[in-house]
Amino acid sequence: MKNITKKFGHLTANDNINLTVYKGEVHALLGENGAGKSTLMNQLYGMIEPTSGEIYINGNKVNVNNPNVAIANGIGMVHQHFMLVEPFTVVENIILGSEITKYGVLDMKKAKEEIVELSEKYSLYVNPDDKIEDITVGMQQRVEILKALYRGADILILDEPTSVLTPQEIKELVIIIDNLTKEGKSVIIITHKLKEIKQVADNCTIIRRGKRIDTVKVDEVTEEELAAKMVGREVTFKVPKEDRETSDTVLSIDNITVKNNRGLVAVDGLSLEVKRGEIVGIAGVDGNGQSELVEAITGLRKIEKGHVKINGKDITNMTPRKIIDNKVSTIPENRQKVGLVLDFSIYENMILENYHKEPFSKKGILQKDKIIDNAKNLIKQFDIRPTDETVLAKSLSGGNQQKVIIAREIMNNPDLLIATQPTRGLDVGAIEYVHKELVKQRDRNKAVLLVSLELDEVMNVSDRIAVIYEGKIKYVVDAKEATEAKLGLEMAGGKK
Amino acid sequence: MTLLSILFGFIITAIILLIARYNPLQIYGVIVKGVFSKPKYIAYTIIKSTPLILTGVSIAFALKTGLLNIGAEGQFIVGTIVASMAGYFFNLPPVIHPIVVMVVAIIFGGLWGALIGALKAKFGIHEVISSIMLNWIALYAHNAVINIPAFFERTNKAHTIKDSASIVFLEGFKNSESGKEWLLDHPGIRDILKAPVNYGIIIAILVAILIWFILNKTTLGFRLRAVGYNKFAAEYGGINVKRNIVTSMFISGSVSGLAGALMILGVSKGITTLSAMEGYGLDGIGVALIAGNSPIACIFSGLFFGALKYGGSKIQARPIEAPKEIISIMIGTIIFFIAIPRIVKVLKRLTGRKGVTR
Amino acid sequence: MNSIGFILGTTLMYSTPLIYTSLGGVISERSGVFNIGLEGMMTMGAFIGATVGYYSGIWWLGLICAGIGAGLLALLHAVASVTLGADQVVSGIAINFLGPGLSLFLCRKFFDGKFMTKSIPLENKIPKLFKGVFPEYSFLDNIFDQEITVYLAFLFAIIMWFILYKTKVGLRVRAVGDHPEAADTLGISVHKTRYICVILSGVLSGFGGASMSLAVASNFFPTLISGQGFIALAAMIFGNWKPQGALGACLVFGGAQALVVFLGGKNIPIPIDVLSMIPYVLTIVILMGFIGKSVPPAADGEPYIKE
Repeated sequence: MKNITKKFGHLTANDNINLTVYKGEVHALLGENGAGKSTLMNQLYGMIEPTSGEIYINGNKVNVNNPNVAIANGIGMVHQHFMLVEPFTVVENIILGSEITKYGVLDMKKAKEEIVELSEKYSLYVNPDDKIEDITVGMQQRVEILKALYRGADILILDEPTSVLTPQEIKELVIIIDNLTKEGKSVIIITHKLKEIKQVADNCTIIRRGKRIDTVKVDEVTEEELAAKMVGREVTFKVPKEDRETSDTVLSIDNITVKNNRGLVAVDGLSLEVKRGEIVGIAGVDGNGQSELVEAITGLRKIEKGHVKINGKDITNMTPRKIIDNKVSTIPENRQKVGLVLDFSIYENMILENYHKEPFSKKGILQKDKIIDNAKNLIKQFDIRPTDETVLAKSLSGGNQQKVIIAREIMNNPDLLIATQPTRGLDVGAIEYVHKELVKQRDRNKAVLLVSLELDEVMNVSDRIAVIYEGKIKYVVDAKEATEAKLGLEMAGGKK
Repeated sequence: MTLLSILFGFIITAIILLIARYNPLQIYGVIVKGVFSKPKYIAYTIIKSTPLILTGVSIAFALKTGLLNIGAEGQFIVGTIVASMAGYFFNLPPVIHPIVVMVVAIIFGGLWGALIGALKAKFGIHEVISSIMLNWIALYAHNAVINIPAFFERTNKAHTIKDSASIVFLEGFKNSESGKEWLLDHPGIRDILKAPVNYGIIIAILVAILIWFILNKTTLGFRLRAVGYNKFAAEYGGINVKRNIVTSMFISGSVSGLAGALMILGVSKGITTLSAMEGYGLDGIGVALIAGNSPIACIFSGLFFGALKYGGSKIQARPIEAPKEIISIMIGTIIFFIAIPRIVKVLKRLTGRKGVTR
Repeated sequence: MNSIGFILGTTLMYSTPLIYTSLGGVISERSGVFNIGLEGMMTMGAFIGATVGYYSGIWWLGLICAGIGAGLLALLHAVASVTLGADQVVSGIAINFLGPGLSLFLCRKFFDGKFMTKSIPLENKIPKLFKGVFPEYSFLDNIFDQEITVYLAFLFAIIMWFILYKTKVGLRVRAVGDHPEAADTLGISVHKTRYICVILSGVLSGFGGASMSLAVASNFFPTLISGQGFIALAAMIFGNWKPQGALGACLVFGGAQALVVFLGGKNIPIPIDVLSMIPYVLTIVILMGFIGKSVPPAADGEPYIKE
């Protein structure tokens, strides 16, 4: 890719980027969220067209203006958010768009045979008749890779492939990538995870704010050097915090059982305690019951058996409203879907939970001036940009949206603050900010429960770490004594 | 944006009229004259607009809370049923009687709407399908009720409401001997009073303002809007989504029910067999959309709609003899343009494209 | 026995217009586009069918023109919903004003200011298959002595089921309706697919309307359609957005109408209006038993905009 520039209006997403990838190479694209990596690859795959610049494949200039051209030239892409049709089967998803037919009628038998052959060749084991909505995320990813290989891809683009995998599955992916390059395929891996780059890539191109900063041989640099190039300054990973004494138990979860949307048991006899003055982090791979656990504590999901107590009071199966009144606040995992009403302004979102209380309302009538004052205060205190409280939430950046939610939740002065995936999609600066706020809350002698899919985050922020696997917590360790190897093992089920 | 859509509506309709060999300016002229040239016409326009304003407000309110109330037609019909019964069977002094009738219609219209909300909240049934079902059930109930012996007057007609229930302006006066004499000397006023001018319009305007107030200034409105914009966030914030869907539909239904009651109390005074739905519900959707879902704007949009319908009926007379359905076409065109977001941006993009080189 | 035959036969007659229109709804929403405008398109089709049928005397020409006319109306909806990213509910409602409006407007133009078209003589209406094959008024005659459109409706339903679930075209349509981005990444044109499906939904609704004015009745008048399009919409939802489900639901609604006609001829103490309510009450009761099972295509109603 030569001199690729891509503009969206006045926003320059890619600025004169050059990228060269060789046969059999694993090339990493490193950059923060919003740096422009996905945009660059979307142009290679034909989802969007460059404003200027050229693409050469195998020496030939190609005008990739739609995915069909990309596919025809041997380029395949596995997106970060999978492009799979949930109610369809594995086979249907793989052949979609390149179907084998007899006079227009689908030849499913032949398709299945070809897919089984392909999956065995690359050790990507899947069951062809499974529906996507029923299989694990790791398996879904394999389907995505098969999709690309089915179309004869020689260059595979993987966009943030490891964000949903266990350490064990990541090891498997490394083997898969190794197999692919042995067969002469090239792999471009987009990521912001330095460890993975070290494990898997030959070369790495760092992109910052749309520009190519450098291309390095991965063996010749350290993780710290990569990180520094990525953000343009020195980066510390550890969150500064002092030791604290813990005191009373705030959250007490006693042997609870919770079902998921399909009626299967997701939380299976789980027990946990969180005390004042500590941050307990729950580590685990997505799908082991974390989401259901948080929903159960906050009253959004039924607890079938067991009890949850806050400050000694039994709040099992109370309504969300009552639980909030019992001093539990949550930073939800999906800020746009659950945390904010995007079409409301900042000041309206600030009172989402308290609109019915004084001083924000009297006898059912909203007191606008008090509501605005409250918003102005919080904007100042939490440094929310833009500072205009009437701006709609949907116009805010991800980081500022998260700040609004954090401001609102912390101002409730909860005894228990639950933070679920609080830094998803945020840039390094915002991540630092969020972590600092969590520590501040703990320093105020409150309890914090952190649930995160990023093991690094859990290890850096928590005082104690609990690993959730298949709905149970079997391993709890002090953060100072925790090792990634042991945690990874427990996250995958413990001793084999 | 809405004004632009209305403008486009007029222009495209004019084009269609030209193709059909009518003179658009002439036709628009007749409509305008038909509405404004005599006080009597203005009176009729206002009378025709009253139910439309209310069904518009009803649907606008529902849309703001995230629900599509296609059932407004059924709620309107329910309103007419209970209003005509309460108007006939109850014995109450004037002023009290119509108020009681309205309250009854509000309650029953609200319940009919709440039913849709409950079916959605409890059973997950899509509000579009239950609305359509309840509309038809209301229609048949309406016709069935007329045949109840105590209520039946003659074929296809039920008893009219008692005079005490009427909300027609100066009704007693204009029908009395002295009244008729006085009016002979005042032909202008007599002309106006020939139409069933009634208090309905005042009530409609007040209700529109009330609904606006509820929506924007109260905690109830806040949480209904939150549910309407993002029910997940609302639930997470402690709001009971299911209960609020039912509440929304109750309020929306009650306004449509009131519209039906006003129709009975002020204009028709009783119910007769319907062969098909009259369309107040569907028109209400049009009113709400043209009003951009704002309750206050529904007042103007309802009047606009009423004017088009009333004035439009006049173009069928000689000498023009144009089909009044052109009004439906115009309304449809206006709504079509309202559907398209950011019309101005779209236009700019389409015309600007030609100048951009890659 | 003959009564049952009569009821079944009348059911088929009333269900047929609903089936076409409901299938139209299915194909549109399966590709991800809400289509509330079925009523307007059906009305348009009824009018065009009756007019062309009257002036030309050729029934199949009437049918085809009805399909084309309603299809053009659907094109408007497609342009708004697919290319311009409009609110599909509002656009559908616009169609519901435009369809009847245009129909009646043109009606007055072509038929001297009257608001109904002239009746089509029996020999020019849609012919019946199997006429005279069975003894008149017998059980089999009552069931099978139906217009061609009735048989075609069932054929269309089967064809649509086959195409949607067994062919490559159908797979793509369903993918576009469920996860348009995924289809896009595989090179399938979301816009083109949706255009075709929406226009098809118009054509089918047009057939539905025409089968009403060229077979059930013999002309077009303002209250001919009056709500049938909405019933077809309800049937589509009731049938869970599947062609076979829509077919079944339409038969239920048509059957209820037939039952009312049948019982109306007998002396039953229940007033006819109460009887007429039964299908609608029944629908709600049945839906209550299907808690949570009614699932539209995932991307239904959301415009797909790139970049």
